[in-house]
Amino acid sequence: MNRFWSIVRRDLRLALRQGMDSLMAVMFFVIAVVLFPLGVGPEPNILARIAAGVIWVAALLASMLSLERLFETDFEDGSLELLLLMPLPLEAVVMAKVTAHWLTTGLPLIVAAPLLAVLMNMDGDGFSVLVLALILGTPSLSLVGAVGAALILGSGRGGMLLSLLVLPLFIPVLIFGVSAVDAAISGFPVRAQLLILGAFLLAALPLCPWTSAAALRQALE
Amino acid sequence: MALFSGDDLLCIRGERVVFAALHFAVDAGGALLLTGANGSGKSSLLRLMAGLLAPANGRIAWDGEDTGEDPERHKARMHYVGHLDPIKPVLTVAENLRFWAVLKTGNGAAAGGALEAFGIAHLAGVPGRYLSAGQKRRLNLARLETSPAALWLLDEPTAGLDAEAVAGLRNAIARQRSVGGMVVLSTHAEMALDGAEVLDLGDFSAATQMTPAAEETP
Repeated sequence: MNRFWSIVRRDLRLALRQGMDSLMAVMFFVIAVVLFPLGVGPEPNILARIAAGVIWVAALLASMLSLERLFETDFEDGSLELLLLMPLPLEAVVMAKVTAHWLTTGLPLIVAAPLLAVLMNMDGDGFSVLVLALILGTPSLSLVGAVGAALILGSGRGGMLLSLLVLPLFIPVLIFGVSAVDAAISGFPVRAQLLILGAFLLAALPLCPWTSAAALRQALE
Repeated sequence: MALFSGDDLLCIRGERVVFAALHFAVDAGGALLLTGANGSGKSSLLRLMAGLLAPANGRIAWDGEDTGEDPERHKARMHYVGHLDPIKPVLTVAENLRFWAVLKTGNGAAAGGALEAFGIAHLAGVPGRYLSAGQKRRLNLARLETSPAALWLLDEPTAGLDAEAVAGLRNAIARQRSVGGMVVLSTHAEMALDGAEVLDLGDFSAATQMTPAAEETP
């Protein structure tokens, strides 16, 4: 456990000192959402109707943008190779890096989301469910994204490839995330959608570190 | 029987046979010097020994037991210094070293003395981005001193080092061997080590042996 947290701490420290990297994901999130009222026009009803979808799509794109560098810097400077040789399973290394990624991008997105919901004129009933759905959904995004980030290692121009690999896999989270918020606004129960988001997370927790670790081993051969 | 040995090793990289029918054996306190031209497979052999690569044929054994069977134990008893220096530009020298020490041992107690052994103690607070290539190399090598390990695998450890640092490395290797540790290192430069066995990888290249696999290679 000591080893696990020391990787998390290192990645957090790297993110804080490099500053911009993690800040950029949140800024992208905010700007992407702000573009919609400008593009669609300041019609409150239309904005309220699309608010949940816009916020979720922007969150998917923002967390994907930062995923590209998840393993790449460690791969380039030989850290990843050495991490593989440390006496802890590579799956734990992946889990630690995903945890740090979520803390630096997922968490700021969750904090910024209610603010953007106000901007999009979202119904007040949806706020708490939006936050709850993001809390359950964003860790899944980081986990699934880690598989993509591991697969594109060494391919050079990975950014485009990563979105093609990962965005289709984000669709279930998007569908149930948006549907939870819509249900809350219309006054329907949201339990089912949140449970499904929770189930995605529970499935991704063991599967994604395992698959990413396999992809990383392949990349390091 | 030697403590660390490889039998009949075959290494294939990208459908090319790098070396074949390679044997090696190192005993406690022993040193093995890998020599050979560029591309003769020195790094590949070290990666095989570390467990980063799986041999296409043959086995690598520690005390008679296949290292692939219990990779976690093999990792715990070895230090590997590759040709890249895993140093983060925004972390200080001390932080970089401590990170690897904690990962290796579970606690980072012994990190301080390691910097002195390679003459970079005065750089402890300097961020990695300001280090020269030689200083990065010294920092990478300082990991060797943070915790005891029975096996050191060093890939071109002298690359970029000045004479003083090479002497420091030679002392570290001598200390490691005097307590019964083993060292395997690859080198182009002259690196005289007392009683070290030399393994010339050119002798095992596919071209010299003309194995069938080599003839098929386009």
